[in-house]
Amino acid sequence: MATTCLKNVLFNRRLTASSIKSSRPSYLLRPCPAAQTRWSSATTEPRQPDADGGTKGGPSTQRYIKYTSESYPGIKRDNKFGKLSKAHVKFFKDLLGAQSAVIDGVSQDATDDLEPFNSDWMRKYKGHTKLVVKPGSTDEVSKVLKYCNNNMLAVVPQGGNSGLVGGSVPVYDEIVINMSRMNSIRGFDEVSGTLVVDAGCILEIVDHFLAERNHIFPLDLGAKGSCHIGGNVATNAGGLRLLRYGSLHGNVLGIEAVLPDGTVMDDLSKLRKNNTGYDIKQLFIGGEGTIGIITGVSILCPQRSKAANVAFFGLESFDKVQEAFRAAKSQLSEILSAFELMDGQSQDLVHAVTAKKRPLEGQYPFYCLIETSGSNPDHDSEKLEKFLEHVMGEEIVSDGVLAQDETQIQSLWSWREGIPECLGHWGGVYKYDLSIPLPELYKLVEDTRERLTSVGLIGDDEKHPVVGVVGYGHMGDSNLHLNVATRRFDTEVEKKLEPFVYEWIAKRNGSISAEHGLGLAKKAFVGYSRSETMIRLMKQIKDLYDPVSRITPLLDCLMTNYTAERYHEPI
Amino acid sequence: MPTPLKILVPVKRVIDYAVKPRVNKARTAVETSGVKHSMNPFDELSIEAAVRMRESKNPPVDDILALSAGPAKCVDVLRTAMAMGADRSIHVEIPDAGQGQAELEPLGVAKLLAKVVADEGRNLVILGKQSIDDDSSQTGQMLAGLLGWGQATQASKIEIDDSDRVTVTREVDGGVETVRFPLPGIITTDLRLNEPRYASLPNIMKAKKKKLEKKSLSDYGVDERRRLKTVKVEEPPPRKGGGKVEDVDGLIAKLKELGAI
Ligand SMILES: Cc1cc2nc3c(=O)[nH]c(=O)nc-3n(C[C@H](O)[C@H](O)[C@H](O)COP(=O)(O)OP(=O)(O)OC[C@H]3O[C@@H](n4cnc5c(N)ncnc54)[C@H](O)[C@@H]3O)c2cc1C
Repeated sequence: MATTCLKNVLFNRRLTASSIKSSRPSYLLRPCPAAQTRWSSATTEPRQPDADGGTKGGPSTQRYIKYTSESYPGIKRDNKFGKLSKAHVKFFKDLLGAQSAVIDGVSQDATDDLEPFNSDWMRKYKGHTKLVVKPGSTDEVSKVLKYCNNNMLAVVPQGGNSGLVGGSVPVYDEIVINMSRMNSIRGFDEVSGTLVVDAGCILEIVDHFLAERNHIFPLDLGAKGSCHIGGNVATNAGGLRLLRYGSLHGNVLGIEAVLPDGTVMDDLSKLRKNNTGYDIKQLFIGGEGTIGIITGVSILCPQRSKAANVAFFGLESFDKVQEAFRAAKSQLSEILSAFELMDGQSQDLVHAVTAKKRPLEGQYPFYCLIETSGSNPDHDSEKLEKFLEHVMGEEIVSDGVLAQDETQIQSLWSWREGIPECLGHWGGVYKYDLSIPLPELYKLVEDTRERLTSVGLIGDDEKHPVVGVVGYGHMGDSNLHLNVATRRFDTEVEKKLEPFVYEWIAKRNGSISAEHGLGLAKKAFVGYSRSETMIRLMKQIKDLYDPVSRITPLLDCLMTNYTAERYHEPI
Repeated sequence: MPTPLKILVPVKRVIDYAVKPRVNKARTAVETSGVKHSMNPFDELSIEAAVRMRESKNPPVDDILALSAGPAKCVDVLRTAMAMGADRSIHVEIPDAGQGQAELEPLGVAKLLAKVVADEGRNLVILGKQSIDDDSSQTGQMLAGLLGWGQATQASKIEIDDSDRVTVTREVDGGVETVRFPLPGIITTDLRLNEPRYASLPNIMKAKKKKLEKKSLSDYGVDERRRLKTVKVEEPPPRKGGGKVEDVDGLIAKLKELGAI
């Protein structure tokens, strides 16, 4: 859905072959989409094949990303959407004034400047946009959208561009509406913990702001140095603290958004309770920008815990991991704030890339990271000690360490948070973000690994496209990240993975996208997780909020071909 | 035959390295209440260095003794030291009078350590080059003076040969310096010496059974009177934030205004 609506609108997916010809692959400068403040921030791009399709020769700053329109020639531009003209650009420049608010590739060549907005974090998707606009206020967003709506110009909303499903970048020439200039913290009430921010505020900056006021943002994730609160809400990001603080559906109190026709929806309530009819803002949480652009968010932020502890375990089997999880829930209960799973191979790959000293002496097939946070250090330590004695004494965990200071806490976390970035070291990563009933959570990784091994796709040298199949994720939320690290995106690999993974999930009534959303990557497969009726209802909502984008069923819209038939070809 | 080492490692409990220190309201000290404390990072390096000496078995290490002087909570850092590999520890309890008043000065600590060295028959003391709270960087040197021992400060590499000679590499401006002294002696540790290990769960549990002696300053007859008076503690002036400009024209205008172009 991601880019969607608004975006879909745009697409005239009928761009003909001849019109694409002009945009040839080129060497690209390494994009740096957003300011980041922490090593783990998501802006270090995984390596991708260069123009020869090779990845040898060490990391380079010039890497080639294939255009989405070439990888997926089945996605057509819908020609009902207009083409950008100089007159359009003039309108935006007059409206937004400031030079830095418009990146204009229509009246001049701005390929390099546009690059970071055209390609995604995974370096898997790349669009052809010629125009980026950065509105600075809700009113400007409204005027931009109204103009686009009236002129049938397709758009794609973009936050920190850290999304993992290709929803934050254009496919064709959709205008990118980038929210980074809307970055003020509007207010914070220390009594209720209610925070009101612009959508373009960066998560890490907001969390620092809250830390100084002894509060915490109820969401944390590896991309915190780049992602926007608006993007987090639009994707209903789950992340590392969901186990403790719950989903954004519960924590977001109000949303201010602009609908595709420019209408400002001011529902920026600060109320915890408000049962007065349908809770429409919920549609924007996880709506991936399909029915409007979020411009402001009010959100309930909990008190920051005074005491935090992190332990890191090595375990012999997935059964032991489950035992450890049950023990953690029952013995740590209210102070447990994260329970993360990492398999042995994921840690091997992190080690291979970072060359950092491993936390544990030995190597194990499974590792877990648990975090506790509470208000009373002595109370927490006592509980934690008992728990640690229990899991060691009962031989549930084989070995483990406990961070003794804040620096160690951060470096233990880096073995979990650093995984996505390290996996991209060799080339592309096929990413699956899945909800699976716990007992079977890891079986998918084993099945997938076996499937790729049996056909000889995995190996240590350049001849084999696949470097490894790893599993990690938010164990506490039954959420597995199945990642296939490759040296290059490869049709053979993709054919073996899809629809295999989705069928596997559908059989177990899981979700094909637990927290990353549908975007471009998953929307064709929504039928594996949602019934026909649910998809029809979603489609009705889309049409209601974004009538201009209403499309003939054959085209675009994520909700159309939900049956197994895919409207786009594998890469 | 090399002499077996009897090592003393003093460890200090300080405000956690990752916490931003704040000056208290009275402006007499850094605020310590309700703030996370951990072992002084340089002391972690010292413990690690001692434990690696034992692991290398050459020369043999008889015993690693950790010591901390300070309020009751210092027991936590001693447990960490023992979980990392120290054999036993001594806690010299100094009641917390609040606002850092009871804190020993480097000379007081050095006198205390000199006593402990004598009582416990130590032949090597490994200290951090400084503690990150008051950054005095004096204790090791004073201790060497009081004992009349050789010292090598800011060690980035330590070797001990069969004839009890300690060779220490230290990073200095523009290169490295290698110094040597015969045991007994004092080493202070610097960041590049090693990468301290994590406290493993089995070792954390074993540490609980290791001996932790409680002592007081009077047991050692140390005069802890302060010779220095803190007059005032102030935060550094806030950095003047760079202003934001909207666009290139704004930047040029600003630069002109400042006379930069
Ligand atoms: C290293 C790394 C770790 C990650 N870890 C997690 C994790 O643990 N849990 C998790 O859930 N996700 C995770 N993600 C993915 C996550 O979805 C994004 O990081 C984040 O939530 C997206 O925010 P963003 O501002 O970057 O949005 P973008 O990537 O810019 O956009 C994402 C989608 O939201 C839309 N959008 C963006 N801003 C707005 C807006 N203001 N109004 C309407 N629509 C908008 C876009 O059109 C797009 O469809 C991770 C990503 C990375 C790179």
